[in-house]
Amino acid sequence: MTDPIFGRLDGSVTPFDDLFRNPSVNEAVASGAALAVILGVVAVVWMLTRHRLWAPLWRDWLTSADHKKIGIMYCVLAGVMLVRGVLEGVVMRTHQVTALDGGMLSADHFAQLFSTHGTIMIFFVATPLITGLINFAVPLQIGARDMAFPVLNQVSLGLTAAGAGLVMVSLVVGQFGTGGWTMYPPYTGATFSPGPGVDYWLWAIGISGIGSTLSGLNFAVTIYKMRCPGMTWLRMPMFTWTALCTAIMMVYAFPPLTVATAMLALDRYLDFHFFTNDLGGNMMHYANVFWMFGHPEVYIVVLPAYGVFSEISATFAAKRLYGYNSLVIATMAIAVISFCVWLHHFFTMGQGAPVNAAFGIATMIIAVPTGVKVYDWLATLYEGRIRMSVPIIYLAGFFILFVFGGLTGVILANPTIDYQVHNSQFLVAHFHNVLIRGTLFGIFAGIHYWFPKAFGFRLDETLARRAAWLWFAGFCLAFLPLYWLGLMGMPRRSASYDNPAFEPAMWLAFAGGLLVLAALATTVWTFVASIRNRAALACPVGDPWDGRTLEWSVPCPAPAFNFFATPSVRALDPLTIEKAEGTPYEEADGYEDIEMPRNTALGMILAVATGVMGFALVWWVWWLAALALVAVIGAVIARAFVEDTHQRIPADELRQAHLAFLRRVRQTRAVDRDDETGPANKGLARPEVPA
Amino acid sequence: MKDDRRSETIRYVTGALVSGVLTLLAFWVVMGPDLARPVRLWVLAGLGLAQIVVQLRCFLHIGWHSRREDLQLILFSLVLLGLMIGGTIWIMGSLAVRMH
Amino acid sequence: MSGTAHPGLNLGAAHGKARDRSEKGAFGFWVFLMSDLIIFGILFATYIVMLPARAGGPGPETLFDLSSIGAQTALLLASSFTYGMASLSMKHGGRRAPVALWLALTGVLGAGFITLEMRDFIHMAGEGGVPSRSGWLSALWALVGLHGLHVAAGLLWIAVMLALLALRGLNDAVKSRLLLLGLYWHFLDLAWIGIFTIVFLGGMA
Repeated sequence: MTDPIFGRLDGSVTPFDDLFRNPSVNEAVASGAALAVILGVVAVVWMLTRHRLWAPLWRDWLTSADHKKIGIMYCVLAGVMLVRGVLEGVVMRTHQVTALDGGMLSADHFAQLFSTHGTIMIFFVATPLITGLINFAVPLQIGARDMAFPVLNQVSLGLTAAGAGLVMVSLVVGQFGTGGWTMYPPYTGATFSPGPGVDYWLWAIGISGIGSTLSGLNFAVTIYKMRCPGMTWLRMPMFTWTALCTAIMMVYAFPPLTVATAMLALDRYLDFHFFTNDLGGNMMHYANVFWMFGHPEVYIVVLPAYGVFSEISATFAAKRLYGYNSLVIATMAIAVISFCVWLHHFFTMGQGAPVNAAFGIATMIIAVPTGVKVYDWLATLYEGRIRMSVPIIYLAGFFILFVFGGLTGVILANPTIDYQVHNSQFLVAHFHNVLIRGTLFGIFAGIHYWFPKAFGFRLDETLARRAAWLWFAGFCLAFLPLYWLGLMGMPRRSASYDNPAFEPAMWLAFAGGLLVLAALATTVWTFVASIRNRAALACPVGDPWDGRTLEWSVPCPAPAFNFFATPSVRALDPLTIEKAEGTPYEEADGYEDIEMPRNTALGMILAVATGVMGFALVWWVWWLAALALVAVIGAVIARAFVEDTHQRIPADELRQAHLAFLRRVRQTRAVDRDDETGPANKGLARPEVPA
Repeated sequence: MKDDRRSETIRYVTGALVSGVLTLLAFWVVMGPDLARPVRLWVLAGLGLAQIVVQLRCFLHIGWHSRREDLQLILFSLVLLGLMIGGTIWIMGSLAVRMH
Repeated sequence: MSGTAHPGLNLGAAHGKARDRSEKGAFGFWVFLMSDLIIFGILFATYIVMLPARAGGPGPETLFDLSSIGAQTALLLASSFTYGMASLSMKHGGRRAPVALWLALTGVLGAGFITLEMRDFIHMAGEGGVPSRSGWLSALWALVGLHGLHVAAGLLWIAVMLALLALRGLNDAVKSRLLLLGLYWHFLDLAWIGIFTIVFLGGMA
């Protein structure tokens, strides 16, 4: 029986307890990780208290409904999770070089590591990073002042944060599941995994998944309904197009995940029989439903990165994007076809050959629009005057390694070959090649590109360049040997192996892991050094890269209301055209009163309430879960009774701010593209090529 | 204004009546005549679809002429829904056949 | 982009901002409903996959009571109609009493539906048809139960709207929300058509 007040929580749920009773390397690593979480929280609390930052944090960030701040908070959350995910990856590599006939960690601990690593990287790094970038950039790109539903946006962030928080808490209280990031039953059913680990996964994913659905809804309505005058569909920047397709996919792909987790939860909590071994359960159906989400998810996180590559290839080659229409069509094609390929994740399940053949062919077809895109970017760079700045380094790395990943994907799309390499290291190499190069490199490029727009100063170019090369080299070394290992027959998720021939490649991959760690450290240092040096890196006029789209026409950092006057657009690349015609930075014909959303604590309340609810459900503390659920419903209902949701900014205030900005523009010296990474770049570009 | 109200009321009444008749037919097909199971299922499917269309038209005011984007959204959703449900039945059916 | 506002919405050109907001809200809510539709769709697919998974447990013949299902269908259809009347009196009358009355009637009919559904569930459990008995019963309870939860949430929403009507009257915000609630309520009827056709009548055919 469980305790009515504490559920199944008791004094022995922390890893410190195990370390005390049974000291070993394994327990030391687990306790070290738990200690790191606790110390991290303590350090943050101490810092906030010491610098008296609680009030500003609450007022300016946590309760803000500003899409830019919410976007930044998504990226910060993902950054914290990225650090944990990378560290786990390195620990796994360290374990695997010692894993010939043993290993420094227990098999169970290793299984937790690959489960949390995958869960974190997909749900709490890749997804929030792209959500953050879209949040930040899309309203600016389409000439809107905010999202369609600013408060809902804040709620989405809150739900994502609650999920991430649950995964972090699992390091300290109890353990995480060991079923991999996909948590296939029946292994993860109540019979074989009775502990709280799988439940942590269920509630973390369930809660944050609803947040992602709502984000997708918000983005889609924003892009549909809030484009500025003149911005027709085919005048939208490419990043906005990819954001739209991603948003639509989020709306349709996250519900299967919600259903899959809900059914598994019903199995575990209420003795349902969806996926159990007995009484008619059908565990194969879990794979079916999960991958209905899982495959589109790959494209959800990769499409916006394609959008970033489209923006930066045009900007840093000072050329109009090649094949805009073909890129639009390719993006939409990928979005739709990605819903027709989910079976390729379980070719070996046992269905008939015609089914496998159909899904195999659909999978190969999806390589065609992707190929179109790669050629379009190459053609954009062709004969451009390319500046080899940081985003372009990421783009170059992407070209080389992503094509590797893509081609091995086409190989895997062939069911007969997939039978041979299924669940081997070959697959691990493939999806890391695709997701890191596609998503992560794209996001890093995007962060470097839009960072000045968010904070008003550029990132240190030298350090960022070093970090980019380190990421590139590290990932080459860490994952290319895995193709080799996979073809040699090494299964993925091996806690140990008995074939000494695996060792040399494992050492190579380990060295790659260390380089990745160095890249992570360099990236963190880039941010620290840039913040310290922000006065020299400032670019207040707002156009440090000779940008082409609307977001570069406003100051850095962008004002809360985004635009002094609603812009209107006549063609693609509106800012480039204005600069060529010599008409940027002019006073608007008229200014209007605008309404901006007021701050609200709803997102934070829901974040705390859903987080507590998840935790209580994991530990069977039923009264607390019920209380938290009541709080969630109560908060939503109470919000319906709030009337004063907007504040008015008078036209004159906007006009005065705009005139001040224009005066600043006139006092600033424009810089050539050659000096764009130097201290002279204050954000006023001397356009290079008359468009 | 008055005429609007009248025609819109008629629309709701029509919707309710037609839905009611379709529902009664569906129940009658199962409880009434002696038909083969496949026939019953096909008739049921037809009646269900018809009723969904009627309610979309009369209660939710979805049509070919007004509010295009809602219609597009619904049709796109139905395509994806068809892929997911059809795919599931095909995959799991194939699996079930081969497991026996 | 069509200019026609949604039925039941009476915001003229003078209410520019309110109308914009309401348009966005309605479109966003449609997107939400479509997302919800996928959830129902996958549960339908799961139900179909689980049809053979009786595991020797009770089947439709012993568990389903078609006359009760017929009564539930009638209640829900009637409530859809009364909601339509609420929309119309909001659009054309503009007085809150008839709107509140139709809304309350919708709530009563919805509550009747829930009561009958609960009675059916209790009856099924009494016959041994609990979800832990077989895969098919798990799928049945999940699908029908999810619809029931939706209706219950709808009832709560109706209660909140009645409170808002009493406190605030028929202002723009209340009208917009009533419009969304209408979409939701009609959508629940659509989902129920799928359930009584596929699950109950299909099971007894």
